[in-house]
Amino acid sequence: MTILYNVIIIGMETVLLAALAPLLSGFIRKLKNNFRMRKGQGIFWPYYNLRKLFSKNEVISKNVSWIFYTAPVVVFATSALALYLILFARICPPANSGVAVIIAAFFILSLGRFFLALSGLDTASAFGGMGSSREMFVSSFAEPTIFVAVFALCMGTGTTFKVSGILAGCALLMAAIAETSRIPVDNQETHLELTMVHEAMVLEHSGRSLALIELASHVKQMLFFVLIAGCFFMPVEAGRWGWALFPIKIAAIGLVMAVIEVSVAKMRLFRVVDFLSFAFFVALVATITASLGL
Amino acid sequence: MIDFLPKQLFLFDPLAVFFLAVIALVCVPSAIFSIGYMREDSLRKRAVSWALLSVFVLSMCFVATAGNLFSFLIFWELMSLASYFLVVSDFRHEKSVRAGTIYLIMTHAGTACLMAAFFILYNHAGSFDYNAVKEAALLLAPQERNIIFLLLFTGFAVKAGVVPFHIWLPYAHPQAPSHVSSIMSGVMIKIAVYGMIRFFVTLLGPAPAWWGAVILAFGIISCLAGVIYALMDQDLKRLLAYSSVENVGIILLCVGTAIFFNSLGVNAVAALAMCAGLYHLVNHALFKGLLFLCSGSIFKATHLRDMEKMGGLIKTMPLTAIFFLIGAMGISALPPLNGFVGEWLAFQAFFAGVLQSQGAVKLAMVLAGAALALTSGLAAACFVKAFGITFLALPRSPRAEGAREAGFAMKAGMALLAVPVALFGIGAGFIAPVILKISGAVLGIESIQPPFYMVCVLPPVIAVALAFIGIAVFLWFKFGLRRAQVSCNTWDCGYYSIDSRNEYTSTAFSKPFRIAFSFFLLPYRKSEKIRDSFYHVRTFTYQTHTTKVFKHYFYEPAVNLIYSAAFKMRKLQPGSIHLYILYVFITLAGLLAFMGMF
Repeated sequence: MTILYNVIIIGMETVLLAALAPLLSGFIRKLKNNFRMRKGQGIFWPYYNLRKLFSKNEVISKNVSWIFYTAPVVVFATSALALYLILFARICPPANSGVAVIIAAFFILSLGRFFLALSGLDTASAFGGMGSSREMFVSSFAEPTIFVAVFALCMGTGTTFKVSGILAGCALLMAAIAETSRIPVDNQETHLELTMVHEAMVLEHSGRSLALIELASHVKQMLFFVLIAGCFFMPVEAGRWGWALFPIKIAAIGLVMAVIEVSVAKMRLFRVVDFLSFAFFVALVATITASLGL
Repeated sequence: MIDFLPKQLFLFDPLAVFFLAVIALVCVPSAIFSIGYMREDSLRKRAVSWALLSVFVLSMCFVATAGNLFSFLIFWELMSLASYFLVVSDFRHEKSVRAGTIYLIMTHAGTACLMAAFFILYNHAGSFDYNAVKEAALLLAPQERNIIFLLLFTGFAVKAGVVPFHIWLPYAHPQAPSHVSSIMSGVMIKIAVYGMIRFFVTLLGPAPAWWGAVILAFGIISCLAGVIYALMDQDLKRLLAYSSVENVGIILLCVGTAIFFNSLGVNAVAALAMCAGLYHLVNHALFKGLLFLCSGSIFKATHLRDMEKMGGLIKTMPLTAIFFLIGAMGISALPPLNGFVGEWLAFQAFFAGVLQSQGAVKLAMVLAGAALALTSGLAAACFVKAFGITFLALPRSPRAEGAREAGFAMKAGMALLAVPVALFGIGAGFIAPVILKISGAVLGIESIQPPFYMVCVLPPVIAVALAFIGIAVFLWFKFGLRRAQVSCNTWDCGYYSIDSRNEYTSTAFSKPFRIAFSFFLLPYRKSEKIRDSFYHVRTFTYQTHTTKVFKHYFYEPAVNLIYSAAFKMRKLQPGSIHLYILYVFITLAGLLAFMGMF
């Protein structure tokens, strides 16, 4: 019965976190605007944007096939399910099952990415193809980092401050920058050919499809933040203060993201490999420190 | 009386039966597919092809169930020859003959290694029977065991297409008829893996840890090199052939880990890794068979293998597109299909290996996991390219535009492979324990506590949850959120009109990867401008190529060396019979002296 109870509780948590995911994006956006001395939109702007998109008609290219229609649904379903599994991983017995569940979550995310990349190619536009190609490029180099960092994370299972946890968290943060299309790797705010990765891929999506894809990317960002938050100091359920600490940790990671984004220039696409291989070595060092018990 | 003829003819242990099942799973659908695929050929050609195919499949079955070295070798050779004749079945094309020749040379180089190893074993065992070999192997000196290992590993690696022995695959697989490619790539190269498991795990007794490490290292190199080459290729079938190199690499990654931990006595990890390897082996047989059949169906419809000329096939060949998508999703390890379960088990095995080892082994396991992660990411990119360029967007050539869906037999063949691809994923809870039991039996481990109960639960849960969320969102779109859909042209940036020449090509898709891996691919480009005047360029051609490192820096120099040596040795052949008799005499004397040394 406890398992069923946990399944339901975690389901509710997932819904809550997914509902709060656009707020997190709005918060980071607001922080960035403040750093740049701009007024900008309020932190609830992503919700307004989603509402606007959901109520719009869709413009769909004549060239597309059913892949284009299914992709947004698959992307949303996979990111929601992956978030659920990440949250679920913490009630699994520590080492083996935990790592299995987290890895399964990332496999599920790659299902969504696969369909999104296909839908980018489906429209017969060079932009879409370029976006798909770059997205697959960046994500395939981010993947080893994520897996090694997850290994490190699950090796050093403890509830206290750990060097390996912090290193794994840093590696995951760098991977998250790549996966959530943030500045040194990609730029969410641009529609300029040379700098687009993710945006180019979803260029032909509009209306509710676009809304669903955007919602999915907010959820995916939340997933990474939850995982990174798990690396630092305490897992979510640790004691009574865990709940209070969790939003603070998420906000702190958001702050770090915002600072990185306003202070760094976007890299050339081929420099991303260097960036991600650095992240990979950080993750590797994390496993080494974890195996030393640090 | 010499105990020459073997007494033990057949062996039906779990490993052999497992491989028989794999053979049946792929060969039956491929055979059904071939009914439609060969329909236009002449009766005679079909008859020959069927006969060869039967010999080929039967010989594989006999290799898997052989109970002694002698029949193993005989049927191994029969398998190689039958497949050679199938590769060159299109013998009027120079390309086929060339592919066949490369295959024949490589496979016989491999068989020579096997033969040498078998004779050493026979010399010690005094019999070809597996039981005798098994007993004798326990008494062998370490360095002799190591020599046998190296010989056998080379022999099997050639057949399995392990880098750097992979060069025959990208020639032979594309040239063979598609159902033959499906069997060769799906099953035949697995028979080599069978050989490795049979000899290194069950026959040669407890393997030293470094055997496992060697296999693991070759696995890592194979899976990365294979997937990078696959990403670069525009020929659909050659892409699939390179992807087989990658998948054999993944299987060896697991098998190597299993052998390694088996020798250290960490049984749980060894069994889990072997289970992952065998699981991925079935998976690869299924989805690679399926993908080759799909490429055959495309070839019949368009007579094209070059992806740059395809496109838009999802509209003209909807069923083939779905089957190819299932295969592509399987091979990219996307849940809830079968590829996911195999790679997921492999990650769990590596993680279990990390937890239960020290020092460098730990790091090696982490690196193996990282290599697998990179491989699966690149494989996903590769199959996004393969599916996207082949099936999506606008057709790039009139041939692709005029494609027609495959006939019933071909569709049935593809469906018979597509369904298991899904079943082996969703039904992992039933299949994984069976395969774990087999791998336990192979490794001689009595009882295993599977540390992976999640496998039984998670894949079906994932499937159901995805379907549930998907249907919910779809219904919400359909009934809760009715919005008009406006059909329009793709946005063309204010250009005149958008056509197939605006699409991203396969070469363009793989460009970032080509640059990132330029240290390995050594890309070069050629551009040629013909000008009327300074201001007007009449024609402009641009080509880009990659260097095939192993071919260019190893095989070609080796072939040249052999040729030049042969030219020098021509002096030995002046046409005098007396001199030839002298050669025979010297050779005989030398051989006798050599034999006397043992």
